[in-house]
Amino acid sequence: MSMREQILLIIEKNSRMDLHELAIILGVEEAVIVNEMEQMENEGVICGYHTLIDWEKTSVEKVNALIEVRVTPQRGKGFDSIAERIYKYPEVHAVYLISGGFDLLVTLEGKTLKEVSQFVSEKLAILDSVISTATHFILKKYKDHGTVLGTKDVDERMQVTP
Amino acid sequence: MRNPLNKTIGEIKPSGIRKFFDIVSEMKDAISLGVGEPDFETPWHIRDEGIYSLEKGRTFYTSNAGLLELREEISKYLKRRFDLNYDAKSEMIVTVGGSEAIDLALRAMVDPGDEVLIPQPSYVSYEPCAILAGATPVIIKLKQENQFRLTAQELEDAITDKTKILILPFPNNPTGAIMERTDLEAIAKVIEKHDLFVISDEIYAELCYTDKHVSIVNIEGMWDRTILINGFSKSHAMTGWRLGYACGPQCIIEQMYKIHQFCIMCAPTTSQYAAVDALKNGDADVQMMREAYNQRRRYLVHAFKEMGLECFEPFGAFYIFPCIKEFGMTSDVFATKLLEEEKVAVVPGTAFGDCGEGFLRISYAYSLEKLKVAIGRLDHFISKLR
Repeated sequence: MSMREQILLIIEKNSRMDLHELAIILGVEEAVIVNEMEQMENEGVICGYHTLIDWEKTSVEKVNALIEVRVTPQRGKGFDSIAERIYKYPEVHAVYLISGGFDLLVTLEGKTLKEVSQFVSEKLAILDSVISTATHFILKKYKDHGTVLGTKDVDERMQVTP
Repeated sequence: MRNPLNKTIGEIKPSGIRKFFDIVSEMKDAISLGVGEPDFETPWHIRDEGIYSLEKGRTFYTSNAGLLELREEISKYLKRRFDLNYDAKSEMIVTVGGSEAIDLALRAMVDPGDEVLIPQPSYVSYEPCAILAGATPVIIKLKQENQFRLTAQELEDAITDKTKILILPFPNNPTGAIMERTDLEAIAKVIEKHDLFVISDEIYAELCYTDKHVSIVNIEGMWDRTILINGFSKSHAMTGWRLGYACGPQCIIEQMYKIHQFCIMCAPTTSQYAAVDALKNGDADVQMMREAYNQRRRYLVHAFKEMGLECFEPFGAFYIFPCIKEFGMTSDVFATKLLEEEKVAVVPGTAFGDCGEGFLRISYAYSLEKLKVAIGRLDHFISKLR
């Protein structure tokens, strides 16, 4: 496995790990890590350092939705320009081009159900190239970004074994 | 009333680990670095296969030697990973963990009075199993200055005209030592010269952090003299499934088979079905776990260096074996005090043989976060002593 891949696998799970420590556990000089990280940031391999939050456990109200969008691709631009029109809205979390029964999968975050449905009906559905939308509200997140939410790791092992 | 007990069993000491286990279990907020099994749960696809086999009603005995499908997968796996050649039908037997395989091999191969060479520090079961099989265990004391590897000279010195078997426990629990090809070539000469047989316990073969693990079986002339023992416990994080295997020349395996047939019948069926999937689809999991252990290993080696704690660099298994002789107390006293004062549990080196005196076994089958907390406490403890 390349040094790059090793770094990415670790910081994908824990972006707070400090570079000194990263260098120790990967068995290289700290400068190697610093350079590699800088390069990956410049090349856009590393696009950001986010935190996985279980908002359910806070007093902040949030509503998340997945919206299936069917669109008419445009001559010469395919899906790119319509995707861009959609992803420019700050309330849009993610936009993916999807194979199968619809074209774009848009994930959205709002404060209330009303806010999300207003976005869909007033901003998304009225776009010329949008043929139809289907909105799915997320009721509960069990697992997100590879992490099971709401569980605590308990060590089930006997504490001393040969 | 007559003494209900067998004379031999009465003489066997209980495992030295037991005492520590009892103290740690009572202490609520202790951090234990005393565990000898992976911290990872068995990968889900393997567990799922076990569950599926139960749903399908596969709840019966398998053939004594184990599912043929599993043996064929083991055969392919050993070829693919370690370049070893064993016939699934005649040269292998699926056992209840590597532990059963150790017992079977000894019972099938020794007669009363035969000497069995056991390098120590090493896993706790070789000596009692050898005694129960009627053999005389002869301990070879491995040294830190040799990185706890077995040298040809040490082997030569331990051999008498009664010596029949050498137990070869590498990668090693508790030291983390490995044997490289040149080390194995050197002892192979001695083994051939004195016409010995080898029981090679390679349960940690997948957890080798230099080049790939080399088996003694890979050395010329050793296939015919070796029973190879491996299993799923450490490589695939499947300790509780109790599944291992032994491979070797048909003339030995078929005798081990008889003992297994009468005492055990067959290894657990659910575990065998799960293990088929482990070998078919589990290589990436093994690699992921190995990488995680290696990161922790590097962290600990570095941390001990910073602390100024003498320690050779271990290249296998998931243990590190620091020397604590500078503090002028026994391993047992050190470990007990560390537990009482800092609530960190480690296993005294003496649990793995008298020559483990002056050392501790520290397991890194724990998350980095946990290791950091524990090492912080150990550092604090050592500072107080100094």
